[in-house]
Amino acid sequence: MKQFDVQAIDQNLPQVLAFIDEQLDAANCPKKIKVQINLAVEEMFINIAHYAYNPDTGTATVRVDVLGDPPSVDITFIDKGVSYDPLAKEDPNVKLPARERKIGGLGIFMVKKNMDDVQYEYIDGHNILTMKKGLIV
Amino acid sequence: MELIKHNENEKVIISASGRIDTNTAPAFEAEIKECIAECSELVLDFAGVEYISSAGLRVLLTTHKTMLKKGGSLKTINVGSEIMEIFDITGFSAVLDIE
Repeated sequence: MKQFDVQAIDQNLPQVLAFIDEQLDAANCPKKIKVQINLAVEEMFINIAHYAYNPDTGTATVRVDVLGDPPSVDITFIDKGVSYDPLAKEDPNVKLPARERKIGGLGIFMVKKNMDDVQYEYIDGHNILTMKKGLIV
Repeated sequence: MELIKHNENEKVIISASGRIDTNTAPAFEAEIKECIAECSELVLDFAGVEYISSAGLRVLLTTHKTMLKKGGSLKTINVGSEIMEIFDITGFSAVLDIE
């Protein structure tokens, strides 16, 4: 398991993705799955950056566990911000025509669609969001 | 992310390449806003786009709505398979005019 603590601000997104990609590359993660994971990581990190400590900033802890057989990855985000379950938000209706589509809500929806499993817990003042993804196309 | 703009009569074409994410989406949006003011037909060439997150998708949807409102059009062309998959998951492939 590898862990990385970072100030949760938008400008640190490339660092977070580089940290994740290093682990994925070491596990020979296929490109398509890497993109799916990057999308989910971006959404969750930016969620913390924008909301967890608002209007202040704070730290996000990112943990990556690459698991063996079959190959998969667990990515966990931990923050000490306000208690917030991003999974509780209702999915947008993606079948609506353009005029009726709402602008927001796509981020978490894409996390749920791209990752195999997503779980949220709030323990001892910490938001803990764990995402799992198999590494076989 | 790189953006190159060129005009063809009434049409403005913006060729994007690289990643459209939280940090680059504002520049993408700013370039598009400038173009919307001067054209009725906007084409986004996505041949070089390798990644688009919800920040970029929001720009696309807002742009599409704006162009519809002003009686214009937005077309997105040369969409790669990974971006197309993102468009499929989010319903954007049904909403946007994609070639």
